[in-house]
Amino acid sequence: MQLTVWTYEAPPHVGAMRVATAMEGVHYVLHAPQGDTYADLLFTMIERARKRPPVTYTTFQARDLGADTAELFKTSVKEAYERFRPQALLVGASCTAELIQDDPGGLALALGLPIPVVPLELPAYQRKENWGAAETFYRIVRTLAGPAVPPPGSKRTARAPGQPPRCNILGPTSLGFRHRDDVHEVTGLLHRLGVTVNVVAPLGASPADIARLGEADFNVVLYPEIAYQAAQWLERSFGQKSTKVVPIGFGATTDFVVEVAALAGVDPAPVLAGTPSRAPWYARSVDSTYLTGKRVFVFGDATHAIAAARIAAEELGFEVVGLGTYSREFGRELRAAAAKYGVEPLITDDYLEVEETIAALHPELVLGTQMERHTAKRLGVPCAVISAPVHVQDFPARTSPQMGFEGANVLFDTFVHPLMMGLEEHLLQMFREDFEFHADAAPSHLGSHGAAPARAEAPPLAAETPAARAPEPEPELVAAFVAPADGPIADARISVTPVPSADGGPVTPPPAPPLRWAPDAEKELHKIPFFVRGKARRNTERFAQDRGLSLITVETLYDAKAHFSR
Amino acid sequence: MNAIAPARPAETGCSDAPVLYERGQREVFCGLTGIVWLHRKIQDAFFLVVGSRTCAHLLQSAAGVMIFAEPRFATAIIEERDLAGLADANAELDRVVTRLIERRPDIKLLFLVGSCPSEVIKLDLSRAAERLSEAFAPKVRILSWSGSGIETTFTQGEDACLAALVPGMPDETAAAAPSLLVVGALAEVVEDQFVRLFAELGIERVRFFPPRRSDDLPAVGPQTRILLAQPFLAETARLLEKRGATRLAAPFPLGVEGTTGWLGAAAEAFWIDAARFDAAVTPRAERARAALARQREKLAGKSIFFFPDSQLEVPLARFAARELGMRLVEVGTPYLHRGHLAAELALLPAGTALSEGQDVDKQLDRCRAARPDLTVCGLGLANPLEAEGLATKWSIELLFTPVHGFEQAADLAELFARPLVRRSRLRV
Repeated sequence: MQLTVWTYEAPPHVGAMRVATAMEGVHYVLHAPQGDTYADLLFTMIERARKRPPVTYTTFQARDLGADTAELFKTSVKEAYERFRPQALLVGASCTAELIQDDPGGLALALGLPIPVVPLELPAYQRKENWGAAETFYRIVRTLAGPAVPPPGSKRTARAPGQPPRCNILGPTSLGFRHRDDVHEVTGLLHRLGVTVNVVAPLGASPADIARLGEADFNVVLYPEIAYQAAQWLERSFGQKSTKVVPIGFGATTDFVVEVAALAGVDPAPVLAGTPSRAPWYARSVDSTYLTGKRVFVFGDATHAIAAARIAAEELGFEVVGLGTYSREFGRELRAAAAKYGVEPLITDDYLEVEETIAALHPELVLGTQMERHTAKRLGVPCAVISAPVHVQDFPARTSPQMGFEGANVLFDTFVHPLMMGLEEHLLQMFREDFEFHADAAPSHLGSHGAAPARAEAPPLAAETPAARAPEPEPELVAAFVAPADGPIADARISVTPVPSADGGPVTPPPAPPLRWAPDAEKELHKIPFFVRGKARRNTERFAQDRGLSLITVETLYDAKAHFSR
Repeated sequence: MNAIAPARPAETGCSDAPVLYERGQREVFCGLTGIVWLHRKIQDAFFLVVGSRTCAHLLQSAAGVMIFAEPRFATAIIEERDLAGLADANAELDRVVTRLIERRPDIKLLFLVGSCPSEVIKLDLSRAAERLSEAFAPKVRILSWSGSGIETTFTQGEDACLAALVPGMPDETAAAAPSLLVVGALAEVVEDQFVRLFAELGIERVRFFPPRRSDDLPAVGPQTRILLAQPFLAETARLLEKRGATRLAAPFPLGVEGTTGWLGAAAEAFWIDAARFDAAVTPRAERARAALARQREKLAGKSIFFFPDSQLEVPLARFAARELGMRLVEVGTPYLHRGHLAAELALLPAGTALSEGQDVDKQLDRCRAARPDLTVCGLGLANPLEAEGLATKWSIELLFTPVHGFEQAADLAELFARPLVRRSRLRV
């Protein structure tokens, strides 16, 4: 047994629901006890679906257990078929029905319905949501496109001259993080390349569309977590190659365009010409200078985490200090990416482990899921969401793709927004005695705090009275402490949202060790501008702790400075 | 006969009304959902669900952001190795519980909560609770109950949890003065209002169940009079009655009439004189009526349809019909306890369509055909019905919002009025 409070992924049958709900003309009969319908809420509330998911639950209860449940399942299938008249039917079991061992596939096939029936075997005690979605999509593709597979050894017929190249877009589902807008963005890119989209699936596809998948020249795999398995089968069966690059970020989108152009036999130059995205210029503009070397921790599904790390490092000039995923199926890819940034890969589905890692790394920005948003809020670190699982606010009304050149613009704004804007950081330095600018001020664009978070740098502003203020600090003294050391958190503790958390405010970080500061050392510390003073204080204290010192003197302060400015 | 209780209508309302009993697909929560509010109520208890990833995911979806406030609930997720053999599963459970108690030394009471998977594999949690209680006595008590979907619907989880606490309640001495026990988790603000009301009535010995701390269980015995604050406590009431307590027949304290009748039942049982009752109750009832009048203007004459959810539907329908002037199209409830709802059924307008259980697609057909002005339903149905042009009120809010008693009567009405007000405001 595994003790769990938070789970990054739902059970695999929810993955199957995501595929069924994404499609048209498909119905899913799920052998499940009363209560499993809670999953409908994910679609109707988080994604604000206007229709109920096309799922019928058998809703067995205790009194049905025994021979009754198989009969109940058959009745449910018959009634669902009569009522909804789908063009294809998915059947399967949820975790509880898996234990009672009725055979949904066999029972449904025995009914002899005049439509394709796709039995789903989703082992609920070993696998999770994304695997369930991938398996479901693969089974649907095999069942519905299978009849069109040419005999082994056949050659793909060459495209007729004058025929535009055609591709399928594979992977977008219901409840997918930004899938709606990604599809729109990527379709536009393909269109500009002169490539026609044959079928988008599962999102918006009917069983008839799935049957036509083999007619395309190649496949664009948007989300490997969901479409990789189906794309492999299509390659084996129809000789369709598929894209390997996921177009998230400016660089990746450029690579993607080149890759697609090669598969389609077209020229990528017109699409790449000019300035297809504002993000590169924004990153080069002087206001972004302050982003240089900001320490960022990245966690999410493998696809989004790997893409975000590349953007952070190559397109924003951050330093990636941690990279991880909960997608165990993509551990190899994640490890390879982590090696590129020289960081320890973190592959776990235990949020406490992620939280510990974040706390230990002291990043200045966290890119993660809804879960990391809460963790970062607790730790007082800025954060942006880059991956599912997400809450309702990450299914926005406005167009906000992650993919393509517009996606790159969205991501620039998303990553930078939680951070102090460069100019604001500068003003803070200039007017640091101004009543509105002080160490605890949140960025002005993020509204006010619910409650001022507790900080390691305890003395309030009153302690920084002009009387106690020393002359302007030596520039190199500042520089040494501003330079990223072994990872102090930026001192401006920013709450990600202006809403206080459910427990009435951010959680206090662990108390500092019982270290004493000699009065003259404390005074020296106060010569450092307040907005990096906390950082300097923590660096010095950690330095002293590591060496078993109990009293921090002026010498300790400068020893620490020397140590960190290596 | 009692001079205090509100005049009973001459007709018997729906006391003997036929009920449409349906079986089929149900769009309801399982009893595990009760944990979401129970863990806020009993402040030193921890709820450990023994179940699958589905159970963990349900709790996470239902608890929303609460999951990050160091909640006092978790799931021991059954894995494949646990399914291999039963002895192994018990050893695993012991390991998980030991680790949990080490990590959370503040826990005084641990509930092992059964789920569909644990029930189907016949993992005996009551024996596990006994075994672990011996190991961790006296520091931690360990109890078990089932919140599985195959056994319980939504609020029945609270019933199962409270029922598990009953055996641990101390005995009331036979010589004790009569005491009043209010049963059912209420918002603290509501509890405090009732405490003041009972004091003014002169009912001295009043306790609430569940208590705020697990080591503060009220005593129960032949001198105990029970007022159910919630309609979904069949098993808890049965066990309390087995301990000698007497349930007071009353409507539920929703709306002015329900609250007056509920307090009246207690006043009658404790021989409180009418003048004293009027002095305490009338000013509050008047204030609540005045507040209600403003909401009634928006709701009178409007039709309302209740999908089954929490068993609160019958009392809510009675309130909507009699105090807000609404027309009842259908009142669906997951389970209809005729004994506990007797006073409510008598007050329902004669001819009200009642249904118990659910076949959701057929019920949706009836709802669409009737096109009610307001539909009370779960979040799985609300947006789809809104998209079809029907105004909805999502029902879970009625569990998480203080709605009982005089001071909350207008708030309860406002919950029904808000969706209609909103629709009249939106111009796009």
